[in-house]
Amino acid sequence: MPTTDLKKSTRSWACYDCGKCTATCPVARAGSDYSPRRHVLAANLGSPDDTALDGSLASCLTCSLCDKRCPVQVDYTNLVRRLREQTYHESAPTECPHGGALQSLMRMMAHGGTRQNRLEWLDGDLKTGPETGHVFYWTGCAMYYDAFFTKLGLKTIDGSRAAVRLMNYLGFTPVVSPEERCCGHDLLWNGDRENFERLARHNVKLVAESGAEMLVTSCAECLRTWRIDYRAFFDKAPPKVLHVTEFIALHRNEFKYKTNDARRVVYQDPCRLGRHLGIYDPPRDVLRAIPGLDLAEMRKAREGAICCAGGTWSNCDRFAKKIQVERLREARATGAEILATACPKCQIHFRCAMNDPNLGGDIAIEMRDVAQLVVDSLTNGHTAGM
Amino acid sequence: MDDKTGHSAKSKGSRKSTSTRWNPEIVVFACNWCSYAGADTAGVSRVQHEPHFRMIRVMCSGRIQPAFVFHAFEKGADGVLVSGCHIGDCHYMFGNERALEQFEITKNVVRILGLEEGRLRLEWISAAEGARFAKVIDEFTKEVRKLGPSPYGAKNSSAAWGKKATA
Repeated sequence: MPTTDLKKSTRSWACYDCGKCTATCPVARAGSDYSPRRHVLAANLGSPDDTALDGSLASCLTCSLCDKRCPVQVDYTNLVRRLREQTYHESAPTECPHGGALQSLMRMMAHGGTRQNRLEWLDGDLKTGPETGHVFYWTGCAMYYDAFFTKLGLKTIDGSRAAVRLMNYLGFTPVVSPEERCCGHDLLWNGDRENFERLARHNVKLVAESGAEMLVTSCAECLRTWRIDYRAFFDKAPPKVLHVTEFIALHRNEFKYKTNDARRVVYQDPCRLGRHLGIYDPPRDVLRAIPGLDLAEMRKAREGAICCAGGTWSNCDRFAKKIQVERLREARATGAEILATACPKCQIHFRCAMNDPNLGGDIAIEMRDVAQLVVDSLTNGHTAGM
Repeated sequence: MDDKTGHSAKSKGSRKSTSTRWNPEIVVFACNWCSYAGADTAGVSRVQHEPHFRMIRVMCSGRIQPAFVFHAFEKGADGVLVSGCHIGDCHYMFGNERALEQFEITKNVVRILGLEEGRLRLEWISAAEGARFAKVIDEFTKEVRKLGPSPYGAKNSSAAWGKKATA
């Protein structure tokens, strides 16, 4: 096992055992005995297998909060990913939430062979292009989530509707392809590199053949995958990859807003968008540009934001629930009516937490995608729906 | 898991048929109290029916969450039959109502995936309905046979495919 390479590339060798990672880890703070430091030290000792086998590797949210606090810049998030990859075939399968249903779907998509019905959400008045065009709108798996989490009354696809509507408003006709498959983000972070690569090759080919120079997506995880993890799969120059909030931020002065849209909104930084890619300001700029909208901030925001605790479908337990409940309390404490996010996963996990029959009333808050709020505020905009 | 050698090629020549027509691989989820007992009744009564299915017994159809069905398809099942007690007859009062809810979700997701609707079916079969069990199996086998091998079948997959599927 090339542990020397692992130690070098993740800088784990630099660890001086200060323990800030464990002190700052949201999972550890929620009361779990999970400890990032233990994994770093084990990797340095050259025996990462022992720690992986106890199953605690799956507890990491890969939210990168510890990376930001580490005084010697150990890349713990990548260390965990590499360790998960190394032990994927050796260790016992981790117990994935929802019985592993979502991973199963991703692997079926990786296999391919069917024609997915993934364009049913496109309303008649949304203009999208055929297979080729300058801009590719990458939908992600929102339609699967909405169909799977019916109990949560989710409509994460409304974020995509709003995104396409805004692109139309600005005169863009994006390509939306039925041949799109899951980006493989979750499989990659669960350690299943093989199936991730199948998906990556398919998706990169699809977008390359569309001739798109720009790819816009509403999902923070898809964005990370396209911008960082797919890079190696391109033969030629990859398209410019933008999150929909970045795209809107570039054009925010071209919108004609309604006046008197006085609502207090608080923004949740998705871990992939924030700490993984450093995108903190574009979503805030977009929200501030809406006249009358009062943007509140949670105490733990930007680099210090707490994530939704379920990003890669690798674990869900009482600690995750506790993290979500505390985060929602924090959002409520700002006095905001709406919690805006820029990732469908944030919506799924927070809405799930709000389903708690004992706490529901204390932590419930309306959730919207940033793009939906923009559409709502436009003169000519149709309502993006709930 | 590794016993899955061939998919379509394997003609487990039933003694009667001499034809080499393709036989599907079907997964049947059956609840302990009704459907599984219904299959038993069919057997005890010597009702003839198609043999190309593998039955997985669960205590209650309410246990059959979407992931079970997805795993079956992921591993190459050509059809999945979910079965339980008739509504009102559940051994656990409302388990089959839960089964129905979960089945609706499963069906919707499978539809988005692009699998043919005919590959997935829900049937209520009581312990006394041996003949009905046989009829359902025959009908379903016929329908799946018409659809042909699943696109996710073993034939199209690489060796390591789905190795880690089940948790």
